[in-house]
Amino acid sequence: MATINVTNRDGETSKIDAEVGISLMENLRNNDSELESICGGQCSCATCHVYIDDDWVARSGTRSDEETELLEELDCMKEGSRLSCQVDFTAELDGLTIVIAPDE
Amino acid sequence: MDQTFVIIGAGHAGGQAAATLRSKGFEGKIIMIGDEPYAPYERPPLSKALLAGEIEIDRLYLKKPSWYEDKDIDLRVNTLVDSIDKAGKSLALSDGSTIAYDKLLIATGTRVRKLALPGAELGGIFYLRAIADTLAIQERMKPDTKVVIVGGGYIGLEVAAVGAKMGCDVTVLEGLDRVMNRVVSPEVSAFYHETHTAAGVKIITGVGVTGYEGEGDVSKVICADGSAYDADLVVVGVGVIPNCEIAEEAGLTVENGLVVDEYAQTSDPDIYAAGDVTNHPNALLGGRLRLESVQNAVDQAKTAANAMLGTLKEYAEIPWFWSDQYDLKLQIVGLSEPDDEVVMRGDPATKKFSVCYLRDGELVAVNAINNVKDFMGAKKLIAAHRKIDPALLADADTPLKQM
Repeated sequence: MATINVTNRDGETSKIDAEVGISLMENLRNNDSELESICGGQCSCATCHVYIDDDWVARSGTRSDEETELLEELDCMKEGSRLSCQVDFTAELDGLTIVIAPDE
Repeated sequence: MDQTFVIIGAGHAGGQAAATLRSKGFEGKIIMIGDEPYAPYERPPLSKALLAGEIEIDRLYLKKPSWYEDKDIDLRVNTLVDSIDKAGKSLALSDGSTIAYDKLLIATGTRVRKLALPGAELGGIFYLRAIADTLAIQERMKPDTKVVIVGGGYIGLEVAAVGAKMGCDVTVLEGLDRVMNRVVSPEVSAFYHETHTAAGVKIITGVGVTGYEGEGDVSKVICADGSAYDADLVVVGVGVIPNCEIAEEAGLTVENGLVVDEYAQTSDPDIYAAGDVTNHPNALLGGRLRLESVQNAVDQAKTAANAMLGTLKEYAEIPWFWSDQYDLKLQIVGLSEPDDEVVMRGDPATKKFSVCYLRDGELVAVNAINNVKDFMGAKKLIAAHRKIDPALLADADTPLKQM
């Protein structure tokens, strides 16, 4: 089983089991993350915002223009910001380290 | 002894409440009762990706079904609640059993409004609310099928878009003078009308459906003006009704929905409610309202779950909604009214524009079409209640964030 290291909004870190072939958002949602992902993965609402650890950014794919536009409107966008619904969880991401972004 | 929290309803609100209760450390018993055979799932794709066959049911779950067992949540599917005894703090279920609760969350949502018309018993006439509805419609929706849609709201138009893409012969019958009348301005209605027409969908407005004809299955939809439309399949989307009956029979206050306060508490201190079923106050908007939206279900459920645990956090969010039709992403923030001043931002011909609504000079709502930036900016700007110069608002090159 692949895993993801998740730091939640309270700063607590845990290792969760992950499934390859679904999105990062779906993997987080299937566990205990506080992510809302209200639009259900349509790249519409920016409620599944996470920070990808520097070492993993290159492997997590690139943002679409729409994703970038959504992220740029947030107050807490950073270098590794991604909407987790737009990140395909591939085998290459086994061991990925992320931080759940603040709720805006 | 451990407390028992019972959640009636396994939709977006029920699912979110269970997740919040466990993530906030509630260790008591959680029982969730749902009338469908499924664990809580995403409802919006039912008229979009699921109907189009682009997504499997198991990708719709809010949490994978095993999560409920892992979290010791007693999820009872295919079960209805017959009555609530609030003095005795117990529920009578459709399977004949009784369960006691310490705190109760009512998240029963809504059901479709049905048209009691002559011929309504014929086969091939469907409403769309649950997975079972989508699957039934899908079975009959094939290329060249004559699909008549009654109601030009979100559901009707989303089904029309899927049908058109599939190669069906689609007709939409709308009773009012324009589609999505309740939720968008005439400019946006006109834009969507044209888009559907270009895709081959026939939209007839100002027409009242009076009945159906056919033998066994529906073959014609009959209208008040004497016109008739051939149909192999009819999908009716004419709104929903909140499921308040058991709450009302239990003596809770019901008035256009189950009445709750800003903490999602009903008139009984041990009973809470969240989602489409509630009539709730919103300090950001001023006044009370009942909403039909995922955002409201999720956010209010969090408030309710926190309140059940003794943490009072006022619920007040600018409501937002969305609809996907063809390659158009419509996002609606705030609630517009017919008398609002309408300001266009951008050119509809580019398929990326927004329509803004001002009331007493303040931005109160935005319809963003393929324009996620304006959608995001509008959420903050509406909540700020600031007066905005209409000329500045009309300049699509000036981000809402800078106003």
